[in-house]
Amino acid sequence: MTVKTMAEFMAEGKQPEILFWVGSAGSYDDRAKKITRAFVKLLNSANIEFAVLGAEESCTGDAAKRAGNEFLFQMQAVTNIEILNAYEIKKIVTACPHSFNTLKNEYPSLGGNYEVLHHTQYLQQLIKEGRLKVTNNSFKGKRITFHDPCYLGRANEVYEAPRELLKELGVNLVEMKRHRRTALCCGAGGAQMFKESEKGDKDVNVLRTEDALQTNPDVIATGCPYCNTMMTDGVKFKEKEADIKVLDIAELLANNQEL
Amino acid sequence: MNYLPNILFAIALVIGIGYFVKNVRKLIRNIKLGKDVDVSNNKSQRLKNMINIALGQSKMVRRPVAGFLHVIVYVGFIIINIEVLEIIIDGLFGTHRIFSGIGNLYGVLIGSFEILAVLVLISVIVFWIRRNVIKLKRFWNSEMTSWPKNDANYILYFEMVLMSLFLIMNATDVSFQAMGSGNIISQHIAPLFSKIPEHTLHLIERSAWWLHILGILVFLNYLYFSKHLHILLAFPNTYYASVKPKGQLDNLESVTKEVMLMMDPNADPFAAPEEAETNEDPEKFGASDVTDLNWVQLLSAYTCTECGRCTSSCPANLTGKKLSPRKIMMDTRDRLEEVGKNIDANKGEFKDDGKQLLGDYITKEELWACTTCNACVEECPVSISPLSIIMDMRRYLVMEESAAPMELNNMMTNIENNGAPWPYNQMDRLNWKDE
Ligand code: SF4
Ligand code: SF4
Repeated sequence: MTVKTMAEFMAEGKQPEILFWVGSAGSYDDRAKKITRAFVKLLNSANIEFAVLGAEESCTGDAAKRAGNEFLFQMQAVTNIEILNAYEIKKIVTACPHSFNTLKNEYPSLGGNYEVLHHTQYLQQLIKEGRLKVTNNSFKGKRITFHDPCYLGRANEVYEAPRELLKELGVNLVEMKRHRRTALCCGAGGAQMFKESEKGDKDVNVLRTEDALQTNPDVIATGCPYCNTMMTDGVKFKEKEADIKVLDIAELLANNQEL
Repeated sequence: MNYLPNILFAIALVIGIGYFVKNVRKLIRNIKLGKDVDVSNNKSQRLKNMINIALGQSKMVRRPVAGFLHVIVYVGFIIINIEVLEIIIDGLFGTHRIFSGIGNLYGVLIGSFEILAVLVLISVIVFWIRRNVIKLKRFWNSEMTSWPKNDANYILYFEMVLMSLFLIMNATDVSFQAMGSGNIISQHIAPLFSKIPEHTLHLIERSAWWLHILGILVFLNYLYFSKHLHILLAFPNTYYASVKPKGQLDNLESVTKEVMLMMDPNADPFAAPEEAETNEDPEKFGASDVTDLNWVQLLSAYTCTECGRCTSSCPANLTGKKLSPRKIMMDTRDRLEEVGKNIDANKGEFKDDGKQLLGDYITKEELWACTTCNACVEECPVSISPLSIIMDMRRYLVMEESAAPMELNNMMTNIENNGAPWPYNQMDRLNWKDE
């Protein structure tokens, strides 16, 4: 798999078109790594000159900030901004809505100003420009429901890009009762991903999975590695993993092209 | 001529408005106990938000039934209050229906007031049924203890009585009925009183008139003690609410200063901290009490309508956790009221009462259940962010008390040591490439 680091571009005296911000989940989490690879395959098939930071990338600090540790967040932010600015990065694309939100909204006042896109927005652009082509139709007519990640949807009002991509695939998009701005959280945000939940009568991801199951889907599509984990666990909890797949939009596109 | 009614009226008016002004002053003082925050930017966007959300009720109608009825009550109530202007002039100068001189238009005006009064009456009855008969879940959560429940019903009774008095007043006004214009509803009520001698009828009309205006004055003064305060505060609150993307959490400036100092290679690590020179206390991070919150957050605590739209969409609450964003707002207001009363009782100085918002009102268990999903912020019809208060309190817990749950401490240690929330080597960040 061709993946060049920013340091390599620098050594060649070149500047990539975009920086792909992989994020911690996308780098280390086994499930999320598949999303990372799917997105890279799409980038390569569209001949995009992209770079990653590799070992120079560090956690954006989103989880620390939302856990209340503003110090740690700003330390992370300042460290990352130093590197991004040293490489004169202009445009960042990421497959993680948490990184997306933090880079786009919370880095500027600390000195990091970039154009930041979620991978669904970028993929939509590439298709519009004709650089990425959808030629197969292996998902045509499949019942697919889209779970809006909180940090993509409500937090930044990106509702269309992922749905437009699903339309490109010709799927039968079936919306959950709560969708777009009323979408229910998967339960992972605000650092919940890293802790046991408080006492209650149900786990949030199970409730959200029930929302999804009501649409009787073949695939639950998401655009966030954390949502992906939560929904995958929910589907397992409901013992439906044999019938229902949880896939990132990038995976759907890559699978469709048999990349 | 007998001036007694005029004098009594003037006294009632002065007392009613005077007491209201006194409470508004107290309200403003309490809100100003909050920290300063810069809200001078984006004036046109803010104005737009206020016009759309407060005046245009754009977020109310997202729930169509409640929204539609609420618009009726809101519009009805405001428009009918034009009538109050006439009542005040009549009351002060002993005139009777002073505006009737404007001719046909008067009939049109009063006619529409009467129709609105009936619509308001119907809507308010439906509201009462939704709360007390259908018992919509969001009106019965645990934070809806006896006072909030009664408060909501009192408001509905008030409105029912005021609207009825308005119609009775018109129906029993012989000269108004004789005019035959504008009595579109009251002409159907008038026959009920047809057997009553004119003198008694006049007495009923006067009583209804007096009760109507006194009722309005009492209602005005009830606002301060009630969630009904939102009819006034919705305007400033929607204006001052955040205009940033919902996902954007402010970066604490006090932290930035220290971080920059720590990261600055030229800084002398052994230099005495700057605070030593100024005699100021080092700034407290986050919030443990209402005075640590900013004044917009305090304003929103008073603005909260206790509608529970936030709580009914909160993932934590929906799955049985203790967290309820509405309770966060109600607790903040109750504590602020407590602090205000403390100041009143101690000649303008707050005397430590050994209590605070954190712990005595809002527990850690509630705070840690939040997923920061912004559903509450999205839902709130008056642009309140319960999330911002939750975040400030988490900041206090973590930065002042190091009281994060153990798993979160592990996560943060990992970020500190290897730049990821999990214990993996930063050098392995690109391993996915070859897997
Ligand atoms: S942001 Fe927190 S309090 Fe608000 S709805 Fe989401 S989980 Fe509940
Ligand atoms: S915070 Fe907003 S949504 Fe929640 S109860 Fe108060 S007014 Fe209603």
